[in-house]
Amino acid sequence: MAAAESYPDDLRYHPEHDWARVEGDEATLGITWFAQDALGELVHFEAPQEGAALTKDQAYAEVESVKAVSDVIAPVSGEVLEVNRAVADAPETVNDDPYGEGWLVRVRLSDPGQADALMDVEAYKQHLAEHG
Amino acid sequence: MQTLLRTPLYDRHVALGARLVPFAGWEMPVQYEGVIPEHRAVRRDAGAFDVSHMGELVVEGPGARAFLQSVLSNDVERLQPGLAQYTLLTNEQGGIVDDLIVYELGPEEFLLIVNASNREPDFAWLREREPDGVEVRDVSDDYALIAVQGPRALERLELPEAPAFTFAEGQLDGISCTVNRTGYTGEEGVELLVAAEAAPELWDRILERGVVPCGLGARDTLRLEVCYPLHGNDITPETDAISAGLGWVCALDTGFTGADELRRIKEAGPERKLAAFVMEEAGIPRQGMPIVEGGEVTSGSHSPMLERGIGLGYVPAGLAQPETELTIDVRGKPRRARVVKKPIYSREER
Repeated sequence: MAAAESYPDDLRYHPEHDWARVEGDEATLGITWFAQDALGELVHFEAPQEGAALTKDQAYAEVESVKAVSDVIAPVSGEVLEVNRAVADAPETVNDDPYGEGWLVRVRLSDPGQADALMDVEAYKQHLAEHG
Repeated sequence: MQTLLRTPLYDRHVALGARLVPFAGWEMPVQYEGVIPEHRAVRRDAGAFDVSHMGELVVEGPGARAFLQSVLSNDVERLQPGLAQYTLLTNEQGGIVDDLIVYELGPEEFLLIVNASNREPDFAWLREREPDGVEVRDVSDDYALIAVQGPRALERLELPEAPAFTFAEGQLDGISCTVNRTGYTGEEGVELLVAAEAAPELWDRILERGVVPCGLGARDTLRLEVCYPLHGNDITPETDAISAGLGWVCALDTGFTGADELRRIKEAGPERKLAAFVMEEAGIPRQGMPIVEGGEVTSGSHSPMLERGIGLGYVPAGLAQPETELTIDVRGKPRRARVVKKPIYSREER
């Protein structure tokens, strides 16, 4: 069952509807409730390879619903440490729990300062209100 | 910007929380709860679709039958009042101007239910060719069309069984409508042609009977699983009926427009054929993706029943045999697929 709309206040947000949970020099990345809702039930996660380099603001993966495919944009630069196999096996996990079980990748940040430039939850909600 | 047309059920879709999208000039529901649950509802129980955007053309007059025999591919002489027929409107090259269902209302009166995007081209095509003694009228705005499809559709509507491609005047909960035994999902069911002003109440009565509202998203995945072609994707004025695998609706001896060319293609054997395939690897084929061995995907999606990518595409005729391995170029990544016998999904295999 799809999750209810929410935007946790402990995350950093990218305008392309991606989130980052930063812990030291590592971060977990995913897509926001808004992104999964716009796509509908996900049926495919085209994941990056572990060890792949992510570049801030560039696509690093694809998520696909029955009707549409969407690039997933990296909110930060870094190296992929781990891909969420649970999402690769059951992409609808993202719809069920976009900020928890539905995380996409874990990365080592190449420039931890980048995360500070991302939006906080209030700025992201304002972004949604203006551009959503 | 062009204003989008709305069906008589538009307010119902908004109230149900549908996601509305532009389609063929209309603002249509692509989904309510979600494409996958709606798709499964139709395969397992019953779903209702607003297909009021489709066009209705009446062809009448003493010469109506002979006229339709000259412009439609199937044999109109096999119809009688109460019978309907799947057929093609063809051009001189044997290309497909539209695919449609023709209903014989009476010996001199026929109804054509055509694709929404082809309503105006079809009407113009027929008007240009109508001989004396035949009148073609576009009556689309007078009607709404609601498809109710699924293994429990008849039970939920309390309708008796009837052969496919028959139709009769009927009532549902006191609302008069024409009950067409037709559909676009591969399931049992009906399409109810109803006066536009009575449509919202009919829709409400259908949903009250436990039928699940379904959008165009599920309509597309349902038809693709059973390999019903979509005009504009899989069949177009540039593709011929033989290559598309629609020779079975072409009565070549009736001499309809393009029949000579189709006979030539049939005798020589088509150079390419519309093949159905399933993905053997991850990735979802989409319209326009190249098929590495030749040709391209004309329809592609995720199959909710098979839970993998499926598609249709024209391939060199030698590669159209079931079990042939194909490679789909999924945004630059080669992904393996396998040609399968049509339909891709059938009830017996579940």
